[in-house]
Amino acid sequence: MLEIENLHARAGDTAILKGLNLTVNAGEVHAVMGPNGSGKSTLSKIIAGSEDYIVTDGRIRFEGRDLLTLPPEERAAAGIFLGFQYPVEIPGVSNMVFLRAAVNAQRKHRGEPELEAADFLAWVRHRVKQMKMDPAMLSRGVNEGFSGGEKKRNEILQMLVLEPKLMVLDETDSGLDIDALKIVAEGINALRSPARATLLVTHYQRLLDHVQPDHVHVLSGGRIVKSGGPDLARELEEKGYGWLDAA
Amino acid sequence: MSANAQDVRELVKNRSYGAGFVTDIAADTLPPGLDENVIRALSARKKEPDWLLEFRLKAYRRWLTMREPRWAHLRYPAIDYQSISYYSAPKSMAKRPKSLDEVDPKLLETYTKLGIPLKEQEMLAGVAVDVVFDSVSVATTFKKKLAEAGVIFCPISEAVQEYPELVRRYLGSVVPFGDNFFAALNSAVFTDGSFVYIPKGVRCPMELSTYFRINERNTGQFERTLIIAEAGSHVSYLEGCTAPQRDENQLHAAVVELVALDEAEIKYSTVQNWYPGDENGVGGIYNFVTKRGDCRGRRSKIAWTQVETGSAITWKYPSCILRGDESVGEFYSVALTHHHQQADTGTKMIHVGKNTRSTIVSKGIAAGFGQQSYRGLVRVLESADNARNYTQCDSLLIGDRCGAHTFPYTEIRNPTAIVEHEATTSRISDEQLFYARTRGIGEEDAVSMIVNGFCKQVFKELPMEFAVEAQKLLQVSLEGAVG
Repeated sequence: MLEIENLHARAGDTAILKGLNLTVNAGEVHAVMGPNGSGKSTLSKIIAGSEDYIVTDGRIRFEGRDLLTLPPEERAAAGIFLGFQYPVEIPGVSNMVFLRAAVNAQRKHRGEPELEAADFLAWVRHRVKQMKMDPAMLSRGVNEGFSGGEKKRNEILQMLVLEPKLMVLDETDSGLDIDALKIVAEGINALRSPARATLLVTHYQRLLDHVQPDHVHVLSGGRIVKSGGPDLARELEEKGYGWLDAA
Repeated sequence: MSANAQDVRELVKNRSYGAGFVTDIAADTLPPGLDENVIRALSARKKEPDWLLEFRLKAYRRWLTMREPRWAHLRYPAIDYQSISYYSAPKSMAKRPKSLDEVDPKLLETYTKLGIPLKEQEMLAGVAVDVVFDSVSVATTFKKKLAEAGVIFCPISEAVQEYPELVRRYLGSVVPFGDNFFAALNSAVFTDGSFVYIPKGVRCPMELSTYFRINERNTGQFERTLIIAEAGSHVSYLEGCTAPQRDENQLHAAVVELVALDEAEIKYSTVQNWYPGDENGVGGIYNFVTKRGDCRGRRSKIAWTQVETGSAITWKYPSCILRGDESVGEFYSVALTHHHQQADTGTKMIHVGKNTRSTIVSKGIAAGFGQQSYRGLVRVLESADNARNYTQCDSLLIGDRCGAHTFPYTEIRNPTAIVEHEATTSRISDEQLFYARTRGIGEEDAVSMIVNGFCKQVFKELPMEFAVEAQKLLQVSLEGAVG
């Protein structure tokens, strides 16, 4: 589904990704772990289409299409979702208005008719319930005055409403208490299917206890330096990232 | 600077100004220049009574002694008042048409093009319209229906003839002829505008609106609006404005006076879309306007709502004098400056009576090289026990070459007053846009969504039909501000 080959990228004059390779197939859950500053967030933002980075070499394909030429909104319509590490506030724009605009923009892009207001409302309410959120949040501004945990939960809510094919989740576990972590993990697991894939970008093992990855990769110095199964994550949790440099 | 901000620059394009056309029509235009003879000629053309000519001349003489105010955060070259023509009217209006059938079809077509059909059966059912073309009122709709309710809605020049006592009693009673430089000029040379009188206890059966259009080259528009709401009456009034797209700057200096007696309520809404000039700041209307409402009666209420998207220069402070005990003043404003537009706008709330309350919500949006200033005064006099004011003033910046400024003034002379002020300045950030785009929302839609969210508090104060218009106008005005 997602093929990243020899990806090089920089922000300003600083090279961040230096020849990254990663393949994610439909039905798989991959975890990309690594120390701070290794390029984890850069990777997720580049997949989503951020213009803060310049790709200097390599390519990214999504379902066979060249992803790097598409603007973010077209990547979204193609089925890519990025759960932000720091979700943005949009004051005065209610979550409901925002979600509806997003769903309809994606549908329009795919040549599908807009959802009827009543159908949409029922669909969103169902997802809100699933995320154990207060339906009143729908009339509040997008992430406006939300706590860190509420923002993360809202990311997963948006994801459940949009039902993407590829879920890229950037440090979604940070800032969550244990109850919220479980709800978020349930949300992610609810979308696991043979047709979808997940890329969990995380510093810690914590989320992986609740969302079992099929593959774990270590990102360090802008490249994947080690790949393995779920055991690798536990090993990292015990030993930290230092031993990798020594290796 | 991020890659996005760079794009923002590249993407700033021409906005489309749909109302920029010129109507080719024979006009009776006074030659440029201003002196007492011009004022006499203008007054004679309108067959005005002596007292009104006197009013004009007094104002003119005062104006000669005054200086153009320079305290606003605005930059523009000196205005040459002798190069402006102070009167222009379509020739076909020489004899006032008795009905729409007698109005020059070219004029009717102008308004149809602007989306304001004047045939009553084609109009929004609940809205009566007075249309002012350059210096004269062309038509007023639904007059009969309004007359049945006792409501007077007509051009002010007609009111001078038909209801001279009313006009004489109230004209200049809220904005005195020497109030300020532009008000004095207007008092000397005002040509037309609307007159509204709502009798005691009457709830005006429909929305009233005036549509102002500048057409002729080198002319100024100096309209004068007077609204009187007798005790217990209620009226909602809306004005809209457009002008052709021209390289020169044209002056618009209006005066609006509102009088609300006991328990009367006036809601005055403006959608101002004068030609803003092009993307290089060439042309556009200079909009210097004095608007003031007098809550003369107890428990009276005046609410100003304005959406200001046009004009090269906007200098405008719709104000309320809260004279009556328990009277209420409100000011809701959205002002947008794009390209090289500049706006210095806000309000004055003068608390005189006891238990008076005022609310100010101002939303300024600046894009391109636009400059946006909020200037507001809250004055609580010694007599105003328990006065309350809440002011919220927010600025939104799009791009990094525009500016937003806030100049709040408070003068409190009564210790029981409670005055609150909140101000924020924010920017449509690259992060916000990226966030919306990763959800599938295109850049233009994202900007317009964010801006609408920012303005929501004000839009909900507009009459329904106009709230939708205002949103669309904002969207058009921001075209090219980003992506």
